[in-house]
Amino acid sequence: MLELRDVTAGYVRKAPVFRGVSLTVRPGQAVGLLGPSGCGKSTLARVAALLHHPDAGTLVVDGTPVRRWRHRAPRAQRTAFGVVFQQARLSADPRLTLTDLIAEPLRATGRREGVGGRVAELAATVGLTSDLLGRRPHEVSDGQLQRACLARALVLRPRWLVCDEMTAMLDASTTAALVRVVEDYRAETGAGLLAVGHDRVLLDRWCDRTVEWHTLTGTPTDTPIGTPTGP
Amino acid sequence: MADIAAKKPEQPEQPEQPERSRKAATAAGAEDTGAVWRAHGTDRRSTRTLRLRVSAALLTLTVLAVLLVPPLVQLDQQAVDLAAKLQPPSWAHPFGTDDVGRDLLLRCVYGLRVSLLVGVAAALTATVVGTAVGATAGALGGWVDRAVMRAVDTVSSVPHLLLGIFIVAMFRPGVWPVVISVALTHWLSTARIVRAEVLSLRSRPYVDAAVSGGASRWRVAVRHLLPGVLPQAALAAVLMVPHAMWHESALSFLGLGLPTHTASLGNLIQEARGSLLAGQWWPTLFPGLFLIVPTLAVAGLAGAWRERINPRRRSELML
Repeated sequence: MLELRDVTAGYVRKAPVFRGVSLTVRPGQAVGLLGPSGCGKSTLARVAALLHHPDAGTLVVDGTPVRRWRHRAPRAQRTAFGVVFQQARLSADPRLTLTDLIAEPLRATGRREGVGGRVAELAATVGLTSDLLGRRPHEVSDGQLQRACLARALVLRPRWLVCDEMTAMLDASTTAALVRVVEDYRAETGAGLLAVGHDRVLLDRWCDRTVEWHTLTGTPTDTPIGTPTGP
Repeated sequence: MADIAAKKPEQPEQPEQPERSRKAATAAGAEDTGAVWRAHGTDRRSTRTLRLRVSAALLTLTVLAVLLVPPLVQLDQQAVDLAAKLQPPSWAHPFGTDDVGRDLLLRCVYGLRVSLLVGVAAALTATVVGTAVGATAGALGGWVDRAVMRAVDTVSSVPHLLLGIFIVAMFRPGVWPVVISVALTHWLSTARIVRAEVLSLRSRPYVDAAVSGGASRWRVAVRHLLPGVLPQAALAAVLMVPHAMWHESALSFLGLGLPTHTASLGNLIQEARGSLLAGQWWPTLFPGLFLIVPTLAVAGLAGAWRERINPRRRSELML
């Protein structure tokens, strides 16, 4: 169970991006989070993946309350999350080849044996051909890079996947392929999913449950005037 | 492109060179829609290439002179010949002789060797210290960052020549006290550059991805942040070499640097002061040139390098 209770978070303490948001994702469940741009859904995703320290509220992952975030979080707790970001270009270290990119979490957690096999297996899963694996991020397309980023998110076999606008910059066929990879992984492992996006059609078809951002916030008046609340 | 061609005859004072390179660029990029833009880029590129070549040639010459002349020539730079004192430049002594008849060309080469050694050693030490401090502050952030950077501000508020003199005065004259003095007063700017760079890299999503992938703080710093700042740090180090040489010369000129019998550029200029007033210009001019030429060469090279590593310029760069 992934539970966010009454979470307030932001980047300036006096002016949080959102206040009092609660959201629950059950194991194996896929929850889509819809919202207008700038409402804070990416920040919420970062809080859920232990990447951003909230100002207030609690996060409970599989029954354990999270007390520390980012590097300070226990490694087992933060590697329970596989995170895919919107911009593949920015979420890949420009110096690493795609092989190293995908293998990096394995090396960082000291699982060096069988790295090659695991990378090849995942590359095949996400649809990367072996000639692409030796290239660096600037030598592949956004779609190919996002495939590598998804492979990196899956390499440690996380129990939770957080996809922050994973397909926003991709064409329809790549989107379909990546969603298929995520769904296959979830079917195999029973992992939970929090998918953030603004494509209602995609999220409705992809997820078991789609929630609108404005239904989560305790204080709906906080949304800026003129912000569309849905299509 | 027709626009430029029409305007061209109205500017007769422009040299031949850009005209030719512009034509070459047009020919090369004829099928390209960006021909005008490229022509402009080529002009700047050819000046840049010229500057790069001249700088590289001068620097190579300097390094070769310093490395090859002493072992090949096998002359004693300290050989005194009072019969030939203060002679103007001639075929026997191309740079003339000093007030005890020592050959100035040889003295300048040996002086440059010592000055370069001090410059490179000090710049390397300063860069290592600065990078370590800056990266630590930037990567840890929070109160560590604030404390470290305030300490940096405090040290840099003391005039660095004064601080350098203070450090040098604590030791016996020699090469290493000067290296330490210059290094300890020059790591601050590198620390600032590296910290700023680390701060900007730290907020990239790929650092988030590394954290989520279980990377420790140390691993993030060493594998993802440091490689990103190394080009900047290396540039700072290269630019610091001439600066450190000047600093060494200043200390030696003040009589605080290297022992007076060691031929360093600062010592040579210091010794030549008296004869300059008597109208003998060569003992001052040549060590001065030996200081200025490598400085300009390094500045030229570093400028070209900076344009190469600056991502905003990358679009118009032909490697």
